Amino acid sequence: MTLLLTVFAAVITTAIWYQKNDKTLQLGLLCWMFWGASIMWFVDAVFEYIELRADYFTPALEDMINDSFLGLSVIALALVIWIVVLLIKDPRGVIKNRLKK
Amino acid sequence: MACFIVPGAEAIVVTAAALILKQREAKKALPKPTGVPAGSMQSEAKQGFSRKLFWLASLLWGGVVLLAFEHLWHGEVQPFFPFLTAATEGAGAVSEMLAEMASVGVTMAVLVTAIWVGMLVVSRIIEKRPAAQAEAQA
Repeated sequence: MTLLLTVFAAVITTAIWYQKNDKTLQLGLLCWMFWGASIMWFVDAVFEYIELRADYFTPALEDMINDSFLGLSVIALALVIWIVVLLIKDPRGVIKNRLKK
Repeated sequence: MACFIVPGAEAIVVTAAALILKQREAKKALPKPTGVPAGSMQSEAKQGFSRKLFWLASLLWGGVVLLAFEHLWHGEVQPFFPFLTAATEGAGAVSEMLAEMASVGVTMAVLVTAIWVGMLVVSRIIEKRPAAQAEAQA
């Protein structure tokens, strides 16, 4: 579930990045984070599949809930990192203008 | 257990290499002629290989940060010394951790790098595309 949620986040973020084509939004940072994590968790999933075989696709409900919660937390963490970087870099000068007022 | 340490180590090396390369590219760039708008030389320098090396660094760092959080979540990493939980669980756990780093961690680093190489190939094709289209129209 963590891998699935991260892949969805990566695809959605990349689509928005492509559509907006706006460097000031720093969406590239989110894309790199989600794709990097997706690739690494994919490797993790492959190794787990080699170990568990078919059982990999039938996880216990408790594990699935925990993994989903983790996936959402990972997305939240990435979003927090992105917004902090965006506000610190302040490419549009919004914060700077507010502080000057 | 600590598989993200391998791509993390690669990320440090790649970032250092990209920063050194960026400095060299900036030095190699011709001195700014008068009348050229500020930033245009900088953007030309950014088109160098260092920029593409930063792609790999970004992929690695992004993955490492989120995976570190996952390991913290599962209690495999702790925010205090010795940082890796396995280090406090005896030699068996340490050897298991090292085996996982050698298998999963190395595969992660190799796959991320392989995907980056694929990105280089695709970007090269995309960069050449307008020239090819212009030639076809001529």
